[in-house]
Amino acid sequence: MTAICFYFQVHQPLRTKKYRVFDIGTDHGYFNDSSSMNTNNREVFSKVSKKCYFPANETILKLLKKYKEFKVSYSFSGVFLEQALEFGNEVIDSFRRLIDTGRVEILSETYYHSLSFFYSKVEFEKQVNLHKNMVKKLFAMDTQVFRNTELAYTNELAAWAENSGFRGILAEGWDPILGWRSPNFVYRPKGTEKIKLLLKNYKLSDDIAFRFSDKSWSEWPLTSQKYSAWISEVEKNAQTINLFMDYETFGEHQWRSTGIFEFLESFPTEILKNKNIYFATPSEVISRFKAVGEIDVPAVLTWADTERDLSAWTGNEIQQSAIAELYSLERKILATDDQKIIRDWRMLTTSDHFYYMCTKWSGDGDVHKYFNPHDSPYDAYINFMNILRDLDLRVENYRRMARRATGPGGEVNMNNARK
Amino acid sequence: MKVLMFGWELPPYNSGGLGEACLGLTKALSKKGVRITFVLPKRLDIDLDFLEILFADLPNVGPAYSISSPDDVNSDKPMSMIDSAIMYAQKAGVIASRVTHDVIHSHDWLTFPAGIAAKRVSNKPLIAHIHSTEFDRTGGNGANQKVAEFERVGLVESNRIIANSEYMKSIIIREYGINPDKIDVVYNGVDKKSVVPKKDASLEFAKIKDLGYKVILFLGRITLQKGPEYFLQAAKRVLDVDQKCIFVVVGSGDMYDKMVIDSAKLGIAKSVIFAGFLRGDERNRVIEMSDVYVMPSVSEPFGITALEAASLGKVVIISKQSGVSEVLKGALKVDFWDTEEIANKILASITYKPLSRFITFVAKQDIKNLSWGVSAQKCVDIYNSIIN
Repeated sequence: MTAICFYFQVHQPLRTKKYRVFDIGTDHGYFNDSSSMNTNNREVFSKVSKKCYFPANETILKLLKKYKEFKVSYSFSGVFLEQALEFGNEVIDSFRRLIDTGRVEILSETYYHSLSFFYSKVEFEKQVNLHKNMVKKLFAMDTQVFRNTELAYTNELAAWAENSGFRGILAEGWDPILGWRSPNFVYRPKGTEKIKLLLKNYKLSDDIAFRFSDKSWSEWPLTSQKYSAWISEVEKNAQTINLFMDYETFGEHQWRSTGIFEFLESFPTEILKNKNIYFATPSEVISRFKAVGEIDVPAVLTWADTERDLSAWTGNEIQQSAIAELYSLERKILATDDQKIIRDWRMLTTSDHFYYMCTKWSGDGDVHKYFNPHDSPYDAYINFMNILRDLDLRVENYRRMARRATGPGGEVNMNNARK
Repeated sequence: MKVLMFGWELPPYNSGGLGEACLGLTKALSKKGVRITFVLPKRLDIDLDFLEILFADLPNVGPAYSISSPDDVNSDKPMSMIDSAIMYAQKAGVIASRVTHDVIHSHDWLTFPAGIAAKRVSNKPLIAHIHSTEFDRTGGNGANQKVAEFERVGLVESNRIIANSEYMKSIIIREYGINPDKIDVVYNGVDKKSVVPKKDASLEFAKIKDLGYKVILFLGRITLQKGPEYFLQAAKRVLDVDQKCIFVVVGSGDMYDKMVIDSAKLGIAKSVIFAGFLRGDERNRVIEMSDVYVMPSVSEPFGITALEAASLGKVVIISKQSGVSEVLKGALKVDFWDTEEIANKILASITYKPLSRFITFVAKQDIKNLSWGVSAQKCVDIYNSIIN
């Protein structure tokens, strides 16, 4: 028997509004754009909800009701969940209806959808815990499997996940790390003992996520019959076929008019005709199969672009400068104990802010441009740096107030400072 | 391949980008073995080894694009531009009958009647090369209808049209009703060597750099098209935040006096230097000493100065309403009217070092692909396509 493991990433960043040098020191609402621009988070969230979350959830719910065998898994960034709560509860409720079937698993990730693992382990662990608490509070669920932002993965991350009690972890099934091996098996990360590694079958995943509506693709149009036939071909020598993708694939990246929802709805009917196939969640796959071998990933592997590295986020000098400046403020920020300042700083760790500064202009660059709410990568950088300067000023003000409030004994009295 | 080319100006006797473009293009064409007879309206002390230059010997010819209002055209100082263009055409017929050529290539409206006249005589195909239109020069307001009509006739009578950007092409289609299939886009190049200043001479006001001031440059005709008032308004906003900036305005034009008065009205006169029209090494040197070059043009068909500034490693801030923004990724782009944003980007360029380093790095890569050789090859392909 071969498992089909559907995993969907659900995320919406909190985009920064147009923030000019003249706003520094006067405006601390970095994310509150209420204009008609693409930086208006409420508008974007509402648009994506209509195009993707509601119709996709409706389709998934229909499938869960129709087929007792059907299962899916999600991970929600905390930034997404926060917005879903702020902009009305309907989206959360519609996800709850799926989770209530008992056949949906939720995975762990960083609350702020950040790359903090590579910049500050301390901050990373805090963000994972914040996320864990949020999921518990909203869905009364414990997470067992970890997926890092952008599927960014190394041996070191796997070792951390094992030590933190996770049973499994996800990564990209990229040929250079697999060699002759197939992504359709369960593996053991190098340097670990118990944790299991699930690898994304990027060819089959991207057939849906990227190529579905591409008319220049020789396989267009993709039908669920054709797709099921491909899977049946592969499953003869496989434990699990891991189909990992952004949930926004359904309705947002691939519009309704492409037939993506019809495809999603008819696929289980089609594939379940093959009696050797069943649906499973990541932790079920992990329980069921033994690792067949060890996978060694010493350098960062992600699911993005043709390079499958972090170059989409940290590939050029302005990205490197922005992310370095951001994390250099960490200690100062956390020392303030000012929840607003800390939250704003953490919001800036969201990987999307650096993605918007990417300057790969050809090929993958088109993908980048599509998602960029800023006019250009330079505009994204200028915005980000202006905001960082304001944040830095707020920290300095906080410290000045705190010093002024310090009594003769050196004790800080914040009640006085606030007056 | 023999080309009969009609121009209006060549450096050092030029008033702007038209002469620069003609020089760069003809030099590169000659390297590709194209033999060019370049006709100028009046006799000048020019001798270039790669061109055969002919003079039409018109009396009292004004500089290219000195007109911007109907009044100028109707005045008789020196001679109306329209009369000049017509007289140029009268001479062109004779020239065309004496000079052997395979194709005729005319640069902008002043030379279009000449090109048409030559075509009537020799029956060779005509290329109308558009560097700017009346629409650009007037920002769409108060365009001289006679000039626009000369442009339209030239575009219609030509066999092919060369536009110096997609932006220019779109204006030709929209404002002149020309079929898009007739238009090719050939971008300008940049001659890197010609903009590098000589080591010896130095500008007096360069000393200000030693005092820690940043120099922000405007370089272009001081006319409505180039948006000098937006430069000054942005300067005001920058100076509100950072006093250690000097704004240098290089060029002359009909808005010069107004700009001097405006800078006083804005209370920034002591931070603005009006350097007048500079050419040659002085011009290069002022680009060299600047930190940021700003081109806030209302409508800029190409904008060759932006490439020159970028080739000297300067951060350039260019209007989105420009052709050069299509080819220069290493540039900050703005709407010309958004002076807050121009100021924001000037301040970002001088504050965030990684940004200025990275932009100028990207620009250098862009410029590698923007040589006159590439432009010339495209012209040769067009020549071949219409001869056969």
